Amino acid sequence: MLIDKKHIGMKVPPHSVTPTAWQLKWFAKATGETNPIYFDEAAAQAAGMPGVLLPPTFFFCMDMDKEHPFDYIETMGCDLGKMLHGEQIFTYHKPAYSGDVLDFDGQVTDIYDKKNGALQFIVKDVKVSRHGELVCDMRTVIVIRA
Amino acid sequence: MTKANFDALNVGDEIPSFTTEPVSRLTLALYATGSGDHHPLHLDQDYVRSKGMKDVFAHGMLGMAYLGRLLTQWVPQEAIRSFGVRFTAITWIGERMVCTGRIVEKLEQNGEKCVRLELTCANEQGEAKHKADAVVALA
Repeated sequence: MLIDKKHIGMKVPPHSVTPTAWQLKWFAKATGETNPIYFDEAAAQAAGMPGVLLPPTFFFCMDMDKEHPFDYIETMGCDLGKMLHGEQIFTYHKPAYSGDVLDFDGQVTDIYDKKNGALQFIVKDVKVSRHGELVCDMRTVIVIRA
Repeated sequence: MTKANFDALNVGDEIPSFTTEPVSRLTLALYATGSGDHHPLHLDQDYVRSKGMKDVFAHGMLGMAYLGRLLTQWVPQEAIRSFGVRFTAITWIGERMVCTGRIVEKLEQNGEKCVRLELTCANEQGEAKHKADAVVALA
């Protein structure tokens, strides 16, 4: 069944996240990061940063940091077991650090299909800001298999 | 880190590459903690078997994080203007990820000298798992 295109424009409930140095330490360990500005608060401060630097893809993790990160997809009647991550794009405006209060404001901006509906695509655009200043634009493309 | 210089770089130049340790179940458990993504597809073998798959597999965003590290080992992170990835294949337990990048375009964007890079995260057999594109500003 094709997703109803009336969902284009749907707002995702906004949320705020304050990333911690603790979580970033585990992220660095998992990804093999050895530069201490990404996991050691003292090293980041010695480099002139207010906190541990958030690595380039961490904004996605924070966008998912809510109780039901895919509720907008369930609202469309899709099975989350058939969901794949198709594409992820970031455009950066300002660096962000542990301890920042970051606001995530997302909206479904496109829905389309390929292969006669065998693959459906949901595009979500999210603005990440800190005290009203834009930090990062993020686009997530989710694929739903038939 | 050798400082990347716009004038000294040419289309076709490769940036320093690396190969990761094999992706293990521990890697995925650590990534689940670091990313907050505890989806059972990456952690719970009983669950994935019930879905007809042979084994747990890596989070796609783990591979993108490796490619992010490829960029930040080459230039300071604040030089990255944009970074996008397409997920093309699943990464299985035991695979090492070979992360490579090369310059495909020199351009001026919003008054800044930039290079566009094509990045690839592939297994050791050369199967591309993720193909990415990044624009980096250089002095």
